[in-house]
Amino acid sequence: MSEQLNFEVPTMAELIAKGEEPEILFWVGCAGSYDERAQKTTRDICKILHHVGIKYAVLGTEESCTGDPAKRAGNEFLFQMQAMTNIEVLNAYNIKKIVTGCPHCFNTIKNEYPGLGGSYEVIHHTQLIQQLIDEGKLKAEGGESFKGKKITYHDPCYLGRGNGVYEAPRKALEVLDAQLVEMKRCKSNGLCCGAGGAQMFKEPEKGNKDINIERIEEALETQPNIIAAGCPFCMTMISDGVKLKDQDQNVQVLDIAEITVRANGL
Amino acid sequence: MIAQIVFIAITLAAIALFSYNIKKVIRNIQLGKSADRSDQPHKRLMTMLKVAFGQTKMFFRPIPAFLHLIVYAGFVIINIEVVEILIDGIFGSHRIFSGLGFIYDFLIGSFEILAFGVWLGCAIFLIRRNVIKLKRFSGVEMTKWPRSDANYILISEILLMTAFLLMNAADAKLQALGAHHYTNAGAFPISQYLQNVLPNSEGALVAIERGCWWFHIIGILAFLNYLPYSKHFHILFAFPNTYFSNLEPKGEFTNMKSVTNEVKAMLDPSFTPEEAEPGRFGAKDVNDLTWVNLMNAYTCTECGRCTSVCPANITGKLLSPRKIMMDTRDRMEEVGKNIDKTGNGFDDGKSLIDSYISREEIWACTSCNACTEACPINIDPLAIITELRRYAVMEESQSPASINTMLGNIENNGAPWKYSPADRFNWAKES
Repeated sequence: MSEQLNFEVPTMAELIAKGEEPEILFWVGCAGSYDERAQKTTRDICKILHHVGIKYAVLGTEESCTGDPAKRAGNEFLFQMQAMTNIEVLNAYNIKKIVTGCPHCFNTIKNEYPGLGGSYEVIHHTQLIQQLIDEGKLKAEGGESFKGKKITYHDPCYLGRGNGVYEAPRKALEVLDAQLVEMKRCKSNGLCCGAGGAQMFKEPEKGNKDINIERIEEALETQPNIIAAGCPFCMTMISDGVKLKDQDQNVQVLDIAEITVRANGL
Repeated sequence: MIAQIVFIAITLAAIALFSYNIKKVIRNIQLGKSADRSDQPHKRLMTMLKVAFGQTKMFFRPIPAFLHLIVYAGFVIINIEVVEILIDGIFGSHRIFSGLGFIYDFLIGSFEILAFGVWLGCAIFLIRRNVIKLKRFSGVEMTKWPRSDANYILISEILLMTAFLLMNAADAKLQALGAHHYTNAGAFPISQYLQNVLPNSEGALVAIERGCWWFHIIGILAFLNYLPYSKHFHILFAFPNTYFSNLEPKGEFTNMKSVTNEVKAMLDPSFTPEEAEPGRFGAKDVNDLTWVNLMNAYTCTECGRCTSVCPANITGKLLSPRKIMMDTRDRMEEVGKNIDKTGNGFDDGKSLIDSYISREEIWACTSCNACTEACPINIDPLAIITELRRYAVMEESQSPASINTMLGNIENNGAPWKYSPADRFNWAKES
């Protein structure tokens, strides 16, 4: 259960140098690369990939922002510059399949890159985990027991409403034998954490409450032991909310990948 | 004979006025830029049937959905009766379809039950708006006119249904009296209870029957002509609006072709761009939006489902997706009136952004798509907000300072934060 990785994460450049091709590219994303909290999720996704023996690679320092926050903020120029540069890298490596650690990267590469010349099969890491569970490659054994724990899952907008992915993350939690509880506003009716649309990078407009507080109050109503997330930005917003409500001793905020890693003792 | 002439004249005048106004509405929608929504006709048709005709998205809120379904079904089905009224009006006949026998009885009987349902539904809607004062029907954009508009519609529907039922009650009574011209036809499961309140004299009954008949048909024609001035346009526009609605994943924003051309030319000097529509980047005013955005604005019923689920609005921010749609429509109508008065190219010094929608509103959006998900007829306020942001950022370079910092970071470091690209892979090495 060490935080540190006891294996090397392969990069595309290394694989190509060895004349090999990965089955899947893991697109880490900016939050997953730089944000300390999200880095943990990134390492856990790698642990899962390593554990099941999928041949994967990351771009490492060749990766750059997908351009998502620029696009949502209205800077289409910057978005397309980023997109086309990334597409050039991805196409040069002949990438076919991508798993992302972030719903925003997922949405952008899956939906907005094809029109600019970058067509790949793109899945979010919760979908990968679900597939691995379905294929029997991943179980919830050998690690921490979640039996009887109350877990509530917060739908990231760009995974849920944005792309209709509601079941995969829930399936990943169902194998835990935990008690899954839904918030009042869930699935297609889920409430945003407050970070989308480039809000992550600015102060909120004047109002009477922060959106993440509204959300965290709803999450706490379910009296959870764990709030599950699938997005690094939601992770930040919800963790902040839990801290502000002085609940960080009682409630853990964990990414689906982290939960999976813990359950399997990876 | 005079009655027939008057009837034909009124009907023709109503249709002419409606056509005149509809033409203006279509002209206004065409102020928008082109957008291709001709793909996947089968899927579009299915979306329209499901969402507009089947009202599937209404059922997230079962109580208003049920009431709305009754009013909708009643209103549509009772309009079959209008066909009879039109024929009777033109030819001076009375209950021309009565020859259908028991089918006619069944139809009239069903219309009565539906009419009563509509009456009740509208009454409950009025109570929800004016007595219970549901929060969804208030907000900064719900000024006097939008609130009155809603009440006028509900009251007119109640009056129309009352006239329809009174007409039938008087007719049935005249039938029983054996009055000339009033053939025995129809079943009156509801209006039979109204017969007691009516007088017994034949003259008075004929006056009431005729009065209600004229009120009903003139009322319907007036209602038709009220639509272009009202939020109630959705009864027509819901169908094209859902047919032409966005079929792509909600998370996907359009890629701007004009930008693609410039970026490609920048990266590859030998690139020759395809034809792209000229104009500014993003939207300053309604004519920078697409016709779909503008049709959305005419379709909006101001029900407020979007605003009631908007995270920004819920937490007290200025943004209200309903206001975005109402502002777009108001501005479009204003531009239309300017064109009527002074022809194309007149600049009144106003624009959709700033004169109607403030910067504070557009920057409060989290692009979470709760509004587009909630809209029962697939209106997309987010598309308009995005275009306004594009204008603010690309044409004016006016965005909140922190957004500028984020954009600068992406440009320089390939990440929205100020970290070195060389450190991007450090997560694999540290603990």
